[in-house]
Amino acid sequence: MRWTLIIGAALAGLAVLAAAVSFVWTPYDITQMAVANKLQPPSAAHWLGTDHFGRDILSMVMLGARTSIAVALVAVGIGIALGVPLGLIAAANKGGWLDEVIMRGNDLIFAFPSLVIAILITAAFGPSAINAIIAIGIFNIPVFARVTRAGALPVWTLDYIRAAQVAGKGRSRISVEHVLPNILNLLIVQGTIQFSLGILAEAGLSYVGLGAQPPTPSWGRMLAEAQTFVTLAPHVAIIPGLCIVATVLGLNLLGDGLRDALDPRLKVMRA
Amino acid sequence: MIETRDLSVTIHGHTVLRDVDLKLAPGKITGLVGESGSGKSMTALAIMGLLPRGSKTGGQVLLDGQNLLDLPERQMCRIRGSRIGMIFQEPMTALNPLMNIGDQVAEVLRIHQNMPREQALLRARDRLDRVGLRAPRFPLTLYPHELSGGQRQRVAIALAIAEAPDLLIADEPTTALDVTTQAQILDLLRDLVASEGMSLLLITHDLAVVAGIADHVAVMKAGEIVEEGETEALFRGQTHPYTRDLFAASRHVPARVAAAPDDTPILSVRNAVREYLLPRLSAFAPHPVLRAVDGVSFDIQDGESVGLVGESGSGKSTLIRAVLGLDPLSEGEIRLDGTSVAAGLSMPPALRAKMQAVFQDPFGSFDPRWRVDRLVSEPFHLTGRPDDWRDRVAQALSDVGIEPSMSRRYIHEFSGGQRQRLAIARALIIRPRLIVLDEAVSALDVRVRAQVLDLLADLRRSHNIAYLFISHDLGVVRGVTDRVLVMEAGKIVEQGATAQVMDAPAHPTTQRLMQAMPEIPQEWSAA
Repeated sequence: MRWTLIIGAALAGLAVLAAAVSFVWTPYDITQMAVANKLQPPSAAHWLGTDHFGRDILSMVMLGARTSIAVALVAVGIGIALGVPLGLIAAANKGGWLDEVIMRGNDLIFAFPSLVIAILITAAFGPSAINAIIAIGIFNIPVFARVTRAGALPVWTLDYIRAAQVAGKGRSRISVEHVLPNILNLLIVQGTIQFSLGILAEAGLSYVGLGAQPPTPSWGRMLAEAQTFVTLAPHVAIIPGLCIVATVLGLNLLGDGLRDALDPRLKVMRA
Repeated sequence: MIETRDLSVTIHGHTVLRDVDLKLAPGKITGLVGESGSGKSMTALAIMGLLPRGSKTGGQVLLDGQNLLDLPERQMCRIRGSRIGMIFQEPMTALNPLMNIGDQVAEVLRIHQNMPREQALLRARDRLDRVGLRAPRFPLTLYPHELSGGQRQRVAIALAIAEAPDLLIADEPTTALDVTTQAQILDLLRDLVASEGMSLLLITHDLAVVAGIADHVAVMKAGEIVEEGETEALFRGQTHPYTRDLFAASRHVPARVAAAPDDTPILSVRNAVREYLLPRLSAFAPHPVLRAVDGVSFDIQDGESVGLVGESGSGKSTLIRAVLGLDPLSEGEIRLDGTSVAAGLSMPPALRAKMQAVFQDPFGSFDPRWRVDRLVSEPFHLTGRPDDWRDRVAQALSDVGIEPSMSRRYIHEFSGGQRQRLAIARALIIRPRLIVLDEAVSALDVRVRAQVLDLLADLRRSHNIAYLFISHDLGVVRGVTDRVLVMEAGKIVEQGATAQVMDAPAHPTTQRLMQAMPEIPQEWSAA
């Protein structure tokens, strides 16, 4: 359905827009505390209310979107930058020792529970946004390697690959010129899904205090801090929670919608 | 008796069938022929009530006087598989790989007659025996992957006739099979029609197949039946210009090229062996070895056209991969223009540039994301792209009869025949001395095939290129090659001048191939 694509793009677009605007403007300066104003419900002055330090929640949420998107984006970037070449190499050498080494290495990473390892990494190297990025990024590598290899294998059996071989092209060149462009759809869809998982992972790490550190706002930490006041001022917890849900839902819908829109077979069925 | 009256189908307002009238009498075989996109398969799907969503039907499909088009889906389910059976082109995907053949045939009986499993399996045994898969060699517990393509097609037929249907629809049932298997399957179908008294609607693009088996032939074009009649009468004389064209094309033999092969071989294969290791039978046993190519030697002279024929599994494809330098040989040597061919990256580009290839599948041969000029100029990778490459692309395109102004288009904008011309243009662009044509015309309709064969003959005349022509269609090989090699079980069992080998085959394999080749009787085409 087209609707998933539109709703997904709208929700994800809203988060990106909030993050982008926060670079030039936020309603209030969140480094200024106004304890007298704490835990106010939404009003004309503070559209989404204020938190326990009297900071404007709308401003916090906008800056939090920036953190979430930056962490998830770089983590997906790490996964694509390393995982896709590994997957292409494995597919080009299918059945060879290189394929075995890469794919068994993948299995090894997959075998670890990802969030636990991410906690381990941030605990060992100190909690920070950078370490959260690295921890989430590492677990994106095998995902992209597998998707790339699985997508590339059927392409390798096609006659145009044989024609390129007869034209004297080597495996790496064929991988870049022919295979990669033909599995790009797959990677875009997987990238969107990993992006949403990255946002979720960042929120989780920040929630337990291992992500971005104060004063950098983060949706996960906002949730954690609001926990104590949840009966007193539920909106302080609900709003960052809704942000996470909306963004993750939006990205998943976008991923599904893109998969349908980009799949030529589904296009034929619709026509 | 099943008949269609004024059967029309539109899909999203686009007419795909118009006023199709067919009478399918019991015990008779009706051949439905036409080119791709003419509506043959659509007719079958309309009879089965399996049209894609968004289709509107008109007219009638009458089974015992009842119009099937009016029946709700629940009742059609009861008719499909019991009153009307169907078999498809691709036996490799028509069966469920996770179910053994006995259960698959029995399933039909259990669904339609609520037969208990034991009884259904007994009946399945009987049906499999009927299609030539007899116990004990073919127990019910076999899985599809343990059977060859021809055997799988037999299982598919057993499935379709399990309920003794009134009508069996066979959509290109032998197109994916080699000639000898094709002949066996056609024999089986003919025999089933005679003994079970059902009627058979045989859909095919191959007029020779129809000539050998059908009682009645209908010719389709653009969703309409343009001509029909008793088989022999129709072959002796056609009235519609399109039918005349079609029949002429199927008989078409390109003008002989007076080749002047000199004595320097462009390709020389000596004692080529290619072995594959099969999986071990037990943990410590050595790997069993399959010799796919077993001591093959032959030469191709400059400018000569050589055919390579054989049944599937005879080692043709393996040999071709080695010749093209895509796979290494286990033993022996392949020399191209006097220089040894080594597989892989070690093959010097200058040497590889002497040889190009055209593959079977016009749809899989091109990267869908590239434009034609880039696709056709890809072999320049071997020689370095000359400054005038755009002119060279234009030249190659006009050589194969494609408008050079089309060079900025994507491949999906071209038809199958045009794509195969583009594949030839791609092979030609660096002026190779040898072109390997791997089933290059097998996927084309007869009229397009005739044009492509003419083109190949013309190019050989003008460019003095040698061809290695691999095909399962002996008729085509006869038309375009000077010499033919017959391969079986990895060995070349017979070779010689094409006419001589085909008219007086000496080896049993060649004799079997020639006998199995469907042919339109000579005297039918006298007119």
